Amino acid sequence: MDLNPSEEQQQLIDTFAAFYGKECPIERVRDAEPSGHDADLWARLRQMGVLDMAVDHASGGWGASLLDLALVAEQHGRHLGPAPLVEGQVAVRLLATAGGQVAADALSRSLADGRLTTVALHPPKSGVLALVPAGGVADEVIFCDGGRLLCMEIADRHPISNLGSMPVADLTVNSSAIELGPREEAQALFERARDEWMVLMANALLGIGARSIELGVEYVKERRAFGAPIGSFQAVAHGLADAATAVDGSRLIAREAAWAAEEEAARAAELACFSCGFCSEAARDASYRSLHYHGGYGFMLEFDTQLYYRRAKAWPAVFGEPSQMFARGAAHRLNRTDG
Amino acid sequence: MDFRLGERGETFRAEARRFLDEHLTDEVRERMHTTGVHHNWGFHRARVEHGLLAPGWPEELGGQGRDPLEVQAYLEEFQSAGAPTYGVGTTLMVANIIRHIGTDEQKQLIIPRALSGEILIVLGFTEPESGSDVAAAQTRAVRDGDEWLVNGQKMFTTNAQEADYVFLLARTNGEVPKHKGLTTFLVPLRQPGVEIQPVFTLSGERTNLTFYSDARVDDSLRIGEVDGGWHVMTVGLTFERTGPQGGDSVRLLRAMEEWALTSTDDAGRPKAEDADVRARLGRAAAENEVSLLLARRCAWLQNSGALPGVEGSMAKLFASEALTRQSADFVDMLGPDGVRGDGDPTAVAGGIAEYYFRFAMGTITYGGTSEIQRNIIAQRGLGLPRPA
Repeated sequence: MDLNPSEEQQQLIDTFAAFYGKECPIERVRDAEPSGHDADLWARLRQMGVLDMAVDHASGGWGASLLDLALVAEQHGRHLGPAPLVEGQVAVRLLATAGGQVAADALSRSLADGRLTTVALHPPKSGVLALVPAGGVADEVIFCDGGRLLCMEIADRHPISNLGSMPVADLTVNSSAIELGPREEAQALFERARDEWMVLMANALLGIGARSIELGVEYVKERRAFGAPIGSFQAVAHGLADAATAVDGSRLIAREAAWAAEEEAARAAELACFSCGFCSEAARDASYRSLHYHGGYGFMLEFDTQLYYRRAKAWPAVFGEPSQMFARGAAHRLNRTDG
Repeated sequence: MDFRLGERGETFRAEARRFLDEHLTDEVRERMHTTGVHHNWGFHRARVEHGLLAPGWPEELGGQGRDPLEVQAYLEEFQSAGAPTYGVGTTLMVANIIRHIGTDEQKQLIIPRALSGEILIVLGFTEPESGSDVAAAQTRAVRDGDEWLVNGQKMFTTNAQEADYVFLLARTNGEVPKHKGLTTFLVPLRQPGVEIQPVFTLSGERTNLTFYSDARVDDSLRIGEVDGGWHVMTVGLTFERTGPQGGDSVRLLRAMEEWALTSTDDAGRPKAEDADVRARLGRAAAENEVSLLLARRCAWLQNSGALPGVEGSMAKLFASEALTRQSADFVDMLGPDGVRGDGDPTAVAGGIAEYYFRFAMGTITYGGTSEIQRNIIAQRGLGLPRPA
């Protein structure tokens, strides 16, 4: 057992912590509202190689592990990065594993031509892909429909203003959709992509939760009431202690889930679900307490906690509520025969 | 990074499991259930024979020199099997204190007998008028030649009726601030001045109220300095890593998953396919993973030579609160049948949810209440100011 990142992983964390610290201060996050997309930030992230690193060597990428990507996603969450990092990475990984010329061409367009491909987390209903992450800014979308995995040029999009200031959009399915890869693997490929999305989202939520605790702790140490810092009151301190405990738990399960993708295949799918469900609730709780302990100031737009509070709820919700993630994970567990 | 406990840990886990298959018999379980005593001498001595009483202790002291990750793996198995472990936990905790700050005479008297399964030691901190405020203890010890005379009462002296000694926190000086007038003793329980009165608890476990009326303890069994009891307690709590670590939740979830896989609803549909059932099982499974990870983090820190402090509080707080939530949720999941009692022939899944619904309430109190753990996390972990 070793819970410390390796030396290389620590360098990766330091590099992206410094990058987000410089390129994504909270003012940039505010400036990117309400669309939730900062094209310049995304261009810089691409220059950093966030898509190349997500793809395996054989497909022309740098072959980072899902755990490496998870460590980056945590920094992304901490800084509320207004850029389609998670969707972009999941999409290129899906294209790299799908095989076949159609996928290879689409991957090339993403990696070499600077086009953005995203992934729809749910099948279309009545010809519409609802609330597609990065759907408001992507060029192409991968989706699954009736056991077929398809890639489509986005033509008709309806950006949706939303709780989390995300560039989501409803997309109309059009005739440009072409099938990717062999049909017998389509569903499994799609489910794996969804699992990877949940793992990276779990780590982004860990970042949101951890930063929320910091904001709350800083404030309650300074703010005084009844002649004492409010952080000395148990009614405040205990709420933060519970939230901090859950965030520590988030860090462990979010990283374990990413690690398991390569190291413990039998449990990887269930851990993806459990980590995302758990980190969703932990980030929600941490940001809720941080906002509330700011008192009336927390309710003001000027204070930063509301930025975290809204995203903690909204980012994972485009997949589903935590109960659905837990149910999906339980289904995996119940289907396992090794206990 | 590596989230496995490691090959040695898994090998030792398998060894623990084989032992439990053989020695944690229906008879041992039945006895625990009917008497409420979570200690069994036969089981206790079988552990000694198989090197499973104190495997983390050095070989020269009667242990096996197992590393903290191996010990973690074995503890997970014992806890998730529902084995009687309380007596071992308190005995080793006190033996460990003696190992670190006892006299040579005390070490020779206690450690070999504790690790060979000969004696049992229980804790005497809590009193009728003081629990979390440990230092407020009022039980008095007064010097009488080479001996001390102890007078007072201790609450929740679990296993006192089985034990040889109580590790007792007593007031030896009433003229100084409360933390500075305490001394710890290893008081022999089998003597006329000690009266043990059984107390039955919500989970069916038996504990005790113990009365001390001129009970005698030789000065050679004083642990630490006179009026230095608070320091001894601090040492003890530094090394304490007992209490719930998620094993009970693992046991409960296994039973609930088994129920879901073998039960059907009115339409004949397996419960395991019901979305609500799955969500409840999945939430508990996610929490259990976190409980185990928080506990394993402590073992990993110890293995790296560090002492878990705040991390230990987080592990204890999270696991016990999770068990409390889950047991209530599973009673709900079973519907009206959830109230059928543990031990009733009609109970669902042996009544395990009903049992843990009662049992869990102890876990959020003993070993440091959730509120005390939150104080520790807030002050030492988050750096929040202490209350004025």
